[in-house]
Amino acid sequence: MNAISRRDFAAGLGGITLAFTLAPRLAVAQQPSAQQRLPGSLDTNRLLDAWIRIGTDGNAMVCTGKVELGQGIVTALAQIAAEELDLPLDRVQMISGDTERTPNEGVTAGSQSIENSGIALRLAGAQVRGILVELAAKRLGADAAALSVTEGVIAAPDGRKLSYAELAASADLHREATAQARPKPPSQHRIVGKPIARRDIPAKVMGGVAFVQDLRLPGMLHGRIVRPPGYGAKLEGFDLARIKAVRNGTLVGWIAEREMLQGRIARPLGDRAKPEEFDEALLKAVLPGVVAVVRDGSFLGVIAEREEQAIKASLVLAESARWAAGPPLPDEAQIHDHLLALPTEDKVVNEKQAALPDGVKVVEATYRKPYMAHAALGPSCAVAQLSDGKMTVWTHSQGVFPLRGNLAMALKMRSENIRCIHAEGSGCYGHNAADDVALDAALLARAAAGRPVRVQWMRADEFLWEPFGAAMVMKARAALSPDGRIADWNYDVWSNTHSTRPSEPGGVNLLASWYLAEPQRPAPPRMQPQPNGGGDRNAVPLYDFPRQRITNHLISEMPLRVSALRTLGAYANVFAMESFMDELALLANADPVAFRLAHLKDARARAVIEAVAKKAGWKPGASRDGGKGRGIGFAKYKNLATYVAVIVDVEVDRASGRIAVPRVYAAVDAGQIVNPDGLENQIEGGIVQSMSWTLKEEVKFDSNEISTRDWATYPILTMPEVPSVEIELIDRPDERSLGAGEAAQGPAAAAIANAFAAATGKRVRDLPLTPARVKGVLEG
Amino acid sequence: MAINLKVNGAMRSVPAEPDTPLLYVLRNDLGLNGAKFGCGLAQCGACTVLVDGKPVRSCVTPIDTLGQSEITTVEGLGTLEHPHPLQAAFMAEQAAQCGYCIAGMIMSAKALLDRNPQPSPAEVRQGLAENLCRCGTHNRIVRAVLRAAQNGGRI
Repeated sequence: MNAISRRDFAAGLGGITLAFTLAPRLAVAQQPSAQQRLPGSLDTNRLLDAWIRIGTDGNAMVCTGKVELGQGIVTALAQIAAEELDLPLDRVQMISGDTERTPNEGVTAGSQSIENSGIALRLAGAQVRGILVELAAKRLGADAAALSVTEGVIAAPDGRKLSYAELAASADLHREATAQARPKPPSQHRIVGKPIARRDIPAKVMGGVAFVQDLRLPGMLHGRIVRPPGYGAKLEGFDLARIKAVRNGTLVGWIAEREMLQGRIARPLGDRAKPEEFDEALLKAVLPGVVAVVRDGSFLGVIAEREEQAIKASLVLAESARWAAGPPLPDEAQIHDHLLALPTEDKVVNEKQAALPDGVKVVEATYRKPYMAHAALGPSCAVAQLSDGKMTVWTHSQGVFPLRGNLAMALKMRSENIRCIHAEGSGCYGHNAADDVALDAALLARAAAGRPVRVQWMRADEFLWEPFGAAMVMKARAALSPDGRIADWNYDVWSNTHSTRPSEPGGVNLLASWYLAEPQRPAPPRMQPQPNGGGDRNAVPLYDFPRQRITNHLISEMPLRVSALRTLGAYANVFAMESFMDELALLANADPVAFRLAHLKDARARAVIEAVAKKAGWKPGASRDGGKGRGIGFAKYKNLATYVAVIVDVEVDRASGRIAVPRVYAAVDAGQIVNPDGLENQIEGGIVQSMSWTLKEEVKFDSNEISTRDWATYPILTMPEVPSVEIELIDRPDERSLGAGEAAQGPAAAAIANAFAAATGKRVRDLPLTPARVKGVLEG
Repeated sequence: MAINLKVNGAMRSVPAEPDTPLLYVLRNDLGLNGAKFGCGLAQCGACTVLVDGKPVRSCVTPIDTLGQSEITTVEGLGTLEHPHPLQAAFMAEQAAQCGYCIAGMIMSAKALLDRNPQPSPAEVRQGLAENLCRCGTHNRIVRAVLRAAQNGGRI
């Protein structure tokens, strides 16, 4: 149907020419066979050619279910595959996140892509190389062990050569992966471990087709959605007089007005007794370019020939739509108490018993985190086309397979009639509106007579309707023995779920589906088990305490829509625990670095703390002057991924309450480093984003509405406020590569709070550390 | 109706209403992807283009206000084969994560270097203060602009 445009799109994204037949013959998730468990994502996608195919030009097509989110993963995975295949990088074509072409690797999340997709490609690459070498050995009558491979050419000791291109046709890769072929030892790596330039960056600096937002299919229409004024509001009808009374004014003014109107228009009907049915002809007469208005229950959207026409029409619709308001929101000022009063599912997730020594000092503290927004810079976008009974959706979802499953339920279509193809979006930092807008586009595409429909959310849509990072409460209580050691550690965390992704079973987790005439129900929240955890991610200390008890309290009722925001609960837990460690160190009259090391056996953990202390020139007992201070934070992400220690310098302006952060130091151990430049970019980005979260970010609301709706009401860190960041990467070539994208945020937050306490002697336990809050603490 | 615009040195006729923001015309009529929709409110800078050398927010600039002005987008700076020093510097510094803000950053940086060819790091930060980056790539962006300045950021 749209093969040509797809090809154009791929070419625009910088794809190399392919000499493959692309008949999709795999993709359907293969059932794990009962026999042997395979590493990483190989276990659930066991056919070799699901991962790697060699074309008759000798190039490799490498497929991954993981997708580019701006973290550089596709480049890193290409490095791994090229390394094992002994091919130059420019002969490795990457295909990612396509329900008809790539393995199903679930969701790209949790800093797990290098670990799961990376290991799969490493083992598959080694096996494919082995198959090609065996084949060459037979043809050349040589011993396979004596052959060498350079850039896709296999050479015998006597100088005879065979290229991958010559072998491709007879290499049978449609077979089970075995994970038996030994990958290269790190000492032989030529591509892995190098700071290879990312493949997606040229298009982004040249204005090429880089994002789903840039996709332009032939005949494409534009859609916009008119969301309800609040959660649970119901569309009762329209006030058609308002459509007739469409005013003058420029579209720029209209857009600004629309942004202010969205979510604020549960207006009563006034003197009109009954809302009217929508009159599409009337709208079309008033506004040129409108193709269709789609109403299904309380879902309301509009399609137009031109994007600005769709925006204008959505404003007119928003003004005329009449809604019955949903239930009120809780009071923001009391939100944490409100959450604590809700029913919980409680689980002790970790416990260690030991006798409590005599003469302990018991201290406790409560920390709080607000709702935070993913706040993608570019509002979510998708393109959908319904053609010959088949729905194709271009999406920046983190999980094209789970999205397809949810779309099938919401659209009442069979999964095999839906294809989801990943195309990059603006950075998402977790589960934002990427999946929601895919359903929006699909719902509109059903009314577009086969033409593709592009839907992008407006700025206020994104802030008002994305699933936020959950508000949380953390209570810590510890006993300090007379010798200054922690003898007992109790930690409780209260939170909503941190995943309402489409991958959750038992419902449909797509926004529009809950507002249809036949509404779907969201999947019930469930406790995510350790060690990954949800609200309790990183709640179990890595420190060696003799006695501890960690309890997770999952609050199932969600006053505000929430889901996965980068790190899930780890950001808040590390903030709380590492703040509390400093509070205890102070009580024990110990230096924060020495105090941590005294409780920590893990050699790699100690190494990052020692490395960052050295890099920053940490001096125990540095005196505070009320304005400048230095703090440390540490975590091993999920207790199973990258180790990060961060030291932060702060300068507190006591008059305004503003905290400035001039310098940040970090030490990082991510095991074997695949791409040092990419790793550094992720760690620095994590630190800077965490600083923005920690100093500025909270979603504001009152009982009527969410009032966070644009960058003025949700300020983030700006260029002049960003600190210098110095990072030391500790490469461990013989250790497993570890996920790093979410490893720095918790330690950075704690380091800021600890630096503030070191500077002022005052402790802030509630995030974010805004000037108003800081002033309150300093004056209190 | 059609309106004539001068974009990246060429006269273009676009079939849009006079109050249409330049952003939609650049993207949808002229197929220029660099300027991005971020907020529609002139708050984030993702849609920044140059109008007669000055940075403007194309999301709030109606096309009927542009007259014969020279409109420059990131596509007008250079090509992959012959990138502008700023584009080359952003690639050399790998100054992107998701990259959604980058074209806007480059255009704001172009305006900055045109009026101040050798800015200090602090001047670069101040010059880009109104362009938001959500990924935390700020320091690389500053390094890229400084690198371009060394390599002759003016064109």
